[in-house]
Amino acid sequence: MLETGGKFTTDAYSQAWTEGEFWKASRNTVIVTFFVVTISLFLGTLGAYALSRSTRNYAFWILIAALIFRAMPHITLVSGYLFPFFQLQIWGILPTTIVVLVAINQPFTLWLLYSFFKTVPKELDESALIDGCSYFQAFRHIIMPVMWPGVITAGLFSLMLAYNDFTVTALLLNQENHTMVPKIQSYLGTNQHEGNLMWAVSAVVSATAPLFMLVMFFQRQVISGLTAGAVKG
Amino acid sequence: MPNKTFFWFFLPTGLAMILFIGLPIISTGIQSFYAQHDQVVKEVKKCDPFGCTVSIVVDQEKTSKIREEKPLGKFNGFGTYVDRNHLAIEEIGKFWNETNSFGEFVDQVTNLPFYKALIFTLTYCLFVTPNVLLLGFIIALSLNAVTRRIRGPLIFGTILPMIVTPLVGSLVLFWMIDAEGIIGANLQMLMDDPYLSLKSSKTLTWITIIIYGIWHHSPFAFVVFYAALQTVPQEPVEAAIIDGASRWQRVRHIVLPHIYPVVTFVALISLMDNFRVFEPIIGFSAEGSAQSLSWLIYDNLVNEEVILFGSAAATSMMTIVGIAILLAPVLIRTWKEFRTAR
Repeated sequence: MLETGGKFTTDAYSQAWTEGEFWKASRNTVIVTFFVVTISLFLGTLGAYALSRSTRNYAFWILIAALIFRAMPHITLVSGYLFPFFQLQIWGILPTTIVVLVAINQPFTLWLLYSFFKTVPKELDESALIDGCSYFQAFRHIIMPVMWPGVITAGLFSLMLAYNDFTVTALLLNQENHTMVPKIQSYLGTNQHEGNLMWAVSAVVSATAPLFMLVMFFQRQVISGLTAGAVKG
Repeated sequence: MPNKTFFWFFLPTGLAMILFIGLPIISTGIQSFYAQHDQVVKEVKKCDPFGCTVSIVVDQEKTSKIREEKPLGKFNGFGTYVDRNHLAIEEIGKFWNETNSFGEFVDQVTNLPFYKALIFTLTYCLFVTPNVLLLGFIIALSLNAVTRRIRGPLIFGTILPMIVTPLVGSLVLFWMIDAEGIIGANLQMLMDDPYLSLKSSKTLTWITIIIYGIWHHSPFAFVVFYAALQTVPQEPVEAAIIDGASRWQRVRHIVLPHIYPVVTFVALISLMDNFRVFEPIIGFSAEGSAQSLSWLIYDNLVNEEVILFGSAAATSMMTIVGIAILLAPVLIRTWKEFRTAR
């Protein structure tokens, strides 16, 4: 299948990006990833802050429920989405996929940010409350500024989920709106002639390179994120 | 925090989870009781000079009308659950009566699509999870013993498999084990067998997917164990050294008990992730010899003619039951701890 020892050429790259419309797929990936990360972080920080500052029993049960939601295989959720989405005619477009990925991502983001918020001392926001701040003001002006490491970590994990996802993007997006990973798979499906397989190879390299760079840059945050929840548990 | 404030803070994320995780599960449950409509047929009488023939054709108009009126399909009750593609109650009964030996019976049953997928999924979980824990722990122990200066790059190299897109990772390995790929060609040379192919045999495909799974999931275990190792108190370890404990004895009696809660946590998460094994099967194009429960659902959903919502939903529900069985011990323990803590 693979021809090696041939002459050096970058044809596969230029063809995949132009003829194979990989530029479109990478644009879609950028859109999906950007919105998934921003919305996840916005919802996640609010929810996790509330969970970390609540002393009631229900906060504990919500975290357990989130753990159960975390265990659901994505494909089982997708089989629940398809039919309603067809009926509502919101299947195939990017916003639907973004919302779905945000929701799927919430349980993990909540757990991660929860353990980060727990490390911020309660006295900090309590003193702000005594000074007359509302909970939201305390959250916005006192807690968030010291939470950046946690937010960056959670953002990286949301990014990896949105960027790497195959199950949701392959089934909830139409051909036109495919992101990079389902696009690579579609090159494989049509490998009657050799050109398309080489497209897949060059697409694989193109998709992996930015991910490597990013994680190399943020290595410390990835590790601290993985460890934050576990060590205390 | 007062209840009201909590409510407003938690509303957006709670709503997202209920709408897009809770409701879909309910929707899947409802769909699983319906099956797609049969095609409406009509008899058409066609006469020509040589006589009349009656043929049966599909009434396209009526079929699409029914599909439009009731898009969910016809009510099927537990019909989908027990049909040949799922639990196959009838077929199993038949095999039980018809086969002569137990081995033959098991052979027949494991050829049914659902059981085939279940067995692969469980085998995958059974082999990948313990190996991930073991490998992750060994790497964490050895990296912990390395000098600080080279630890950073080593850690980065170790966590790479986890970062790589699962589909891409499996594709790369698939290309490498191709007969003309770097691993495939070298294996042929080593074994002196020009026809050796890792893709042709079922067992070898399973082994490849399992090895891929271990490669992909170990970094997670490694990172969590590595972090846990940093919290092991040094005094007991030093005391054990003075008492003459060997390296293995120190790990067995001091380190392991200390990080035990973390081990259960990692085991739980990796069990969850392994149960949904799916992308490697697509990446390795291994549908022929290895099918997982997730792959069965995917296959129903990308069906060419009509999407088999009912069938996919029934498999999904049974997958969720499987997950529930796996999680039950942990959840029960948590509940007990919670009750005693109060």
